[in-house]
Amino acid sequence: MRDIIIGELTQAAHEIFRDFAHLLPRLIVMLVIVFVGWLVAYIIREILRSILRFAKFDRLSERAGASQLLTHAALPTPTELVSRFVFWVAWIGFIMLGVSVLGIGGLQEHVERFFLFLPRLFVSLLILFFGLLIASFFARAILLASVNANLPSPRLLSISVRSIIIIFVLSMVFEELGVADQTMLLAFGIAFGAVMLGLAIAFGIGGKDLAQRFLENRFSRDKKMEREDEPSPL
Amino acid sequence: MADESILTDDFIRQLIDVGEVDILVGVPTHNDAKTVEPAIRAIQAGIVKTFPRERAVIINADGGSSDGTPDVIMGASIDDLHRSFNGYTLRTLHAISTRYANSPSSATALRTILAAAELLRARACTVICPESDNIEAEGVANLLRPVYRDHFDFVAPIYRRHKFEGVLLSNLLYPMTRALFGQRIREPYASEFAFSGRLASQFLSQNKWSEESQDYDPELGLTISALSDGCRVCQAFLGTRPPIKRQSRDLVHAMRQTVGVLFSSLESTFQVWSSKTASQPVPTLGPEFDVSTDPMRINRKQLKEMFSAGVLDLESVLRSILSSSTLAELQQIAVLPEDEFRFHPELWVKAVYEFAASYYKSVMSRDHILQALVPLYRGRMFTFLVENRTSSAAEVGNNIENLCLEFERLKPYLLELWNGRK
Repeated sequence: MRDIIIGELTQAAHEIFRDFAHLLPRLIVMLVIVFVGWLVAYIIREILRSILRFAKFDRLSERAGASQLLTHAALPTPTELVSRFVFWVAWIGFIMLGVSVLGIGGLQEHVERFFLFLPRLFVSLLILFFGLLIASFFARAILLASVNANLPSPRLLSISVRSIIIIFVLSMVFEELGVADQTMLLAFGIAFGAVMLGLAIAFGIGGKDLAQRFLENRFSRDKKMEREDEPSPL
Repeated sequence: MADESILTDDFIRQLIDVGEVDILVGVPTHNDAKTVEPAIRAIQAGIVKTFPRERAVIINADGGSSDGTPDVIMGASIDDLHRSFNGYTLRTLHAISTRYANSPSSATALRTILAAAELLRARACTVICPESDNIEAEGVANLLRPVYRDHFDFVAPIYRRHKFEGVLLSNLLYPMTRALFGQRIREPYASEFAFSGRLASQFLSQNKWSEESQDYDPELGLTISALSDGCRVCQAFLGTRPPIKRQSRDLVHAMRQTVGVLFSSLESTFQVWSSKTASQPVPTLGPEFDVSTDPMRINRKQLKEMFSAGVLDLESVLRSILSSSTLAELQQIAVLPEDEFRFHPELWVKAVYEFAASYYKSVMSRDHILQALVPLYRGRMFTFLVENRTSSAAEVGNNIENLCLEFERLKPYLLELWNGRK
């Protein structure tokens, strides 16, 4: 009995040592990969940061309205954010690669899924960036056109256009990421419908008097303008 | 080498039939059948009376008229003129009409005229507005004579106008071109002007045509080209200004067509304008400044309201364009009541120069920068109207002169902005 127990314990210890002996080189390889990955990610970050600074990416983001969003969220500058993001993506990629070397069953599938997810992540970020750029451009265009046409509430119009475009962009981003895409689609539909319904109600009921005053002013002003000369700017 | 790429084969054939000319008169048209005849009569009379021995041609560049404008021009017989003036040309006065497109474009029309002038080796060329029902033979001769006889390269017009007409010209375009290029051309943006064959070839070769959109108005570009290339320029009085096209009365459109062209030209002409320190008067045929002071009803209140609302609503846009001190001053005056409000010249000039520098640096869409200037112009116009409400022609002239001097005094500020020192 005693011999059996000792034999089993010895065998178990042997197996543990054998497994550890098998694992140790892989662990070392993994650590090397993680370290090299950190080094590569660091170099990529520094190169990318220099390129973005040279290309005045912060100014471009400022024009796109992305900088303002980041400032409100107490986040670093766009150049810093993109550099850090790429650093982490690259390093996590290497860590995943290192983990896959360990040959632990089940992890392999997760690693593959991570690498398959990367292109979608980049596409989502591109959609987000250009979406913000477009939202900012159109919001400013609407603001300027409304101010110069002397329309009421130009800022409200501008913010409305910006919000609608951003909601649309976010729904596209979430769909691309595959994160609760059905929910996001539904939420977008509900939000968009609510905005439209709200506007309809606002114009139809809430803004009835305002609309009446506006139309009255508009027509009375037109009549007044007819009596007044309009000097040409040129 | 003539820019023949936009000329049709038929038009080139007609030009070849005409051969080399001394005088070329361009008439860009689009549905002007009702008004073009007096202008053509004035052109014919001007040539018969002043250039009877010269080889001359009238070129009609038509932008797809549907009312038979080219037929009116081609049908304008010179025989009646011979009888009324008792004078004859010793050469045939040719007239050619070409349709450059089915929709009007002043850039393509002018390019067609310039290309024809280059192909025909014209010595003196002029462009006459088809809506000029007031232009007389003497006016056409006044434009052409300095180029043909006195070897000037560019002749700008001077018009009689109401003191409150052309405020964008008198408060921005004239003072700024004068301060930058050192020549006092009162009407840098005009639909009637004259130029030498040399300037025509030079302007054609600058190759701005492909870069700019079809909406680009090249008239101011031609003036700036003449000023920046060291051409000999002068002015000629033409009488009352021809009516302005409805489209040009739209302030945003006018801003794009004039201030946009001026701002965009500053980049390529930096070496020229940065070295000029003062302005000089240019030779002028006739009165240099002629304004009428008849009463005119203008909705000043609306101008002030649109300025104030614009400055407050566009704060986020203006913050990217203007310096914080200029924006703060604008915000201060925006809340003042009408009787205390004054957009003084120094603030106006600083704002315009900051807009020009921001346009150069492209701090945002350049078209948005121009649109953001519109409310500020309204504020300046309000002040100009109030200051000159009871002013005589001489007092209006003095006020414009003072503004010009302010533009010249603050030119170093523009250079500092341009070079990024501010």
